[in-house]
Amino acid sequence: MNLTLKVWRQKDANSKGEIVAYDVKDISEEMSFLEMLDVLNEKLVAEGDEPIAFDHDCREGICGACSLYINGEPHGPMNRTTTCQLHMRSFKDGETVFIEPWRAKAFPVIKDLMVDRSAFDRIIQAGGYVSVNTSGNTIDANAIPIPKEDADEAFDAATCIGCGACVAACKNASAMLFVSAKVSQLSLLPQGKVEAEERVKNMVEQMDHEGFGACTVTGACEAECPKGISLENISRMNREYLKATVSPGK
Amino acid sequence: MSVLDSKIPEGSIDKKWTNHKNHIRLVNPANKRSIDIIVVGTGLAGASAAASLAEMGYNVKAFCFQDSPRRAHSIAAQGGINAAKNYQNDGDSVYRLFYDTVKGGDYRSRESNVHRLAEVSADIIDQCVAQGVPFAREYGGLLDNRSFGGVQVSRTFYAKGQTGQQLLLGAYSALSRQISKGKVKMYNRHEMLDLVMVDDKARGIIARNLVTGKVERHAAHAVVLCTGGYGNVFFLSTNAMGSNVTAAWKAHKRGAFMANPCFTQIHPTCIPVSGDHQSKLTLMSESLRNDGRIWVPKKIEDAQAIREGRLKPTQLAEEDRDYYLERRYPSFGNLVPRDVASRAAKERCDAGFGVNATGQAVYLDFASAIERYGKEQASIHGMNNASKDEIIAMGKKVVEAKYGNLFEMYEKIKDQNPYETPMMIYPAVHYTMGGIWVDYNLMTTVKGCFACGEANFSDHGANRLGASALMQGLADGYFVLPYTIGDYLADDILTGKISTDQPAFEQAEKNVNDRLETLLSIQGSKTVDHFHKRLGKIMWDKCGMSRNAEGLKEAMVEIKALREEFWKDVKVPGSINGLNPELEKAGRVADFLELGELMCLDALTRNESCGGHFREEFQTSEGEAMRDDENFTFVSVFEYTGEPGEAVLHKEDLNYEAIEVKTRSYK
Ligand SMILES: Cc1cc2nc3c(=O)[nH]c(=O)nc-3n(C[C@H](O)[C@H](O)[C@H](O)COP(=O)(O)OP(=O)(O)OC[C@H]3O[C@@H](n4cnc5c(N)ncnc54)[C@H](O)[C@@H]3O)c2cc1C
Ligand code: SF4
Ligand code: FES
Repeated sequence: MNLTLKVWRQKDANSKGEIVAYDVKDISEEMSFLEMLDVLNEKLVAEGDEPIAFDHDCREGICGACSLYINGEPHGPMNRTTTCQLHMRSFKDGETVFIEPWRAKAFPVIKDLMVDRSAFDRIIQAGGYVSVNTSGNTIDANAIPIPKEDADEAFDAATCIGCGACVAACKNASAMLFVSAKVSQLSLLPQGKVEAEERVKNMVEQMDHEGFGACTVTGACEAECPKGISLENISRMNREYLKATVSPGK
Repeated sequence: MSVLDSKIPEGSIDKKWTNHKNHIRLVNPANKRSIDIIVVGTGLAGASAAASLAEMGYNVKAFCFQDSPRRAHSIAAQGGINAAKNYQNDGDSVYRLFYDTVKGGDYRSRESNVHRLAEVSADIIDQCVAQGVPFAREYGGLLDNRSFGGVQVSRTFYAKGQTGQQLLLGAYSALSRQISKGKVKMYNRHEMLDLVMVDDKARGIIARNLVTGKVERHAAHAVVLCTGGYGNVFFLSTNAMGSNVTAAWKAHKRGAFMANPCFTQIHPTCIPVSGDHQSKLTLMSESLRNDGRIWVPKKIEDAQAIREGRLKPTQLAEEDRDYYLERRYPSFGNLVPRDVASRAAKERCDAGFGVNATGQAVYLDFASAIERYGKEQASIHGMNNASKDEIIAMGKKVVEAKYGNLFEMYEKIKDQNPYETPMMIYPAVHYTMGGIWVDYNLMTTVKGCFACGEANFSDHGANRLGASALMQGLADGYFVLPYTIGDYLADDILTGKISTDQPAFEQAEKNVNDRLETLLSIQGSKTVDHFHKRLGKIMWDKCGMSRNAEGLKEAMVEIKALREEFWKDVKVPGSINGLNPELEKAGRVADFLELGELMCLDALTRNESCGGHFREEFQTSEGEAMRDDENFTFVSVFEYTGEPGEAVLHKEDLNYEAIEVKTRSYK
């Protein structure tokens, strides 16, 4: 199939960007979206142009590196699918495809389609862990049985890949889904409960500090999240936050 | 005496590690504060090492080329992690894990290291659970296990098909905690491009900030390489796109010997290649072989009909299918180790029984598992008269709970529903057992330079068992290196800060800049990927699943010629200043073009078949690998001398005291 791509090009963080049109030909349905971009990049390099910069690594939907706002949707048209797992059979011959970077104040553009998501790392550094040393002197893994339901629910929250699509999807550029996924995972497990109150306060504080917007529960994040992280996590985090900030004696 | 001193401690196998820990030199807490350590790589090995070293009090600088440590290639590991917990009470023990790993590695690994790995394995699980890693659990709330290839117990812990993700996020959280305390300074989007030697010690690295393009100097008292495997030398592999050999190769050129570089693991169950555009291959976890049965048609005309689309696999009667692993290896069946399963698939496809358009695929079928689980569910729910449809529906639910995300991934890529029709799979490059040679303390032949995780060669011999890489990465990083590195650093407590204003740093920085400028100045006619693909094809055809002397000799000549062509005709756009992914790729492919030749040299030197290294000249009449213990019970360790094809071979003899060396049989 042949497609017209309208791609955001931006030299670096300080330059102004613009949409540039490219034609790509003979694209096979079996290709992934990123392989289609590889084909275009090979052509650009051969012609002496600079290829389009985009983040990617695993190409298996798990590292969270790939991003791209495709035709107005983070990770494109397929539900619960990252851009690297999106295949060209989702597009029609002759279609025009718009490709832009994540747009959010807290995710500044580095170049073309690449953005800086280090704000997510700093939120985790603010408290997204259990304060246990790696000494090997921990208790036996089976000493505390954990109900399967809780373990499964914690796992579901823990499958967040930190891609940032939730932020890109949200009109307020809120990071609530991402933050609540980590808060939920750890607060559902006995190991994480001990410091649950400190954790949620610190992580929320860092999130606000990074310049993410407020959550108005539109649900756009859940709809676009490639891993199906549920809005229930946000409710749980709100409860945890309330507990941490208004409980007696605090 | 050999130039290699493996520093294996004295004593019986089960006492070595304890004795060693009791007698090794330590650095006291106050002195640790004046010692800097660079950790390159923040996958399982690097993140766990950096976090542990920082916790102990050292000042750590950690580097990764991704935008966040959470994205290291370890994140993609699917199936699970082994540990000798014996929670299933099925006869597992430290000894059995040790034995399985040495046998699985075809008696080409260092006994003492493997035993230590088995000893610390149980601690890893305790550690991860304490960190909040949500492993799969049974209804009683205890941890669940499954079985992997090459073993007869269930010792694999897992988190659906995303075990690597959960373990890495655990290590990343420990790392993040130390970053927040200021004990680790994290350098994301930085690539190490050289190791700096002062006198004869590793004292720092040269790294490029991939965003600004600036080439920087970083000094430390020791450098730890946790930079992963080099499977991407084959172009197509299951590794992440960025996985590379550069850091290891630079260390090699500075004096770190490479061990068994040709030992490559070809994983039997990957999604087959679909066309020239393909950028990588996707693994379908080994755990699927717990329930999936591998087959091809018995009759060649059925295979042909399937290839041409005239026949569907589901139409083929049971007696017309050849479950060739169950036929050839009745005691391990579909769960034979990877090397054995891969070669068997190739054998059937080469004989004309392949089932996709290119004839390079076999089936992995879940129909009988779905039925079996369905019947079990019917029985649990007392549904004595359940219809066939009800049984299948219940069975699918069970299979979905176990492997849902893998089935989803398959469907996204192939547009076929594996609940309804068998998966098509074929072997692909997956893991490199070879790597930087290290002694028992994980130090390379360069003083002060250490290597952990997939980057070193240490524990898997000629073939790695499933679920053992995650175990090794975390063992090295959490429980081994943090102790052993003290033995070296004990001499450095009075050294004081290492300055980057030294000729060695200046020279190394200049070399790096010159090389980048050269790559940009060639402005030839072919892209970096063009060369990478050609290298990959040579490697796959001649140094892949089976090898022979003639092919390997040809490959060495071809790779050398390709390397020369690369340096004359590659086209790298853009400039050194600022982000330039093509320039990054060019540097990595230039190193692969040297490594490839060394791998062929190694494969050519090893006149035997063992594990993943199958030399066509050395096989039994039944096509099984023929090992030569008398002449090849050693680690091949290569010293760089200026030309990869002229590396000097040193041998580390392998002595087996706790294990009797046997022919490896899974029949
Ligand atoms: C698809 C897949 C599934 C797997 N499943 C399993 C499984 O179920 N069980 C199992 O045990 N094993 C599995 N493995 C193997 C296992 O995942 C790896 O061997 C292991 O994760 C490697 O960890 P590591 O820490 O050594 O390296 P990696 O995770 O590869 O990390 C390498 C690090 O080094 C950094 N780096 C590399 N070069 C440079 C440089 N020059 N400068 C700066 N930084 C650099 C990278 O940024 C990264 O942080 C799987 C592998 C694959 C490919
Ligand atoms: S919550 Fe979903 S969309 Fe947001 S970062 Fe995690 S995986 Fe991505
Ligand atoms: S490239 Fe890793 S999730 Fe897409």
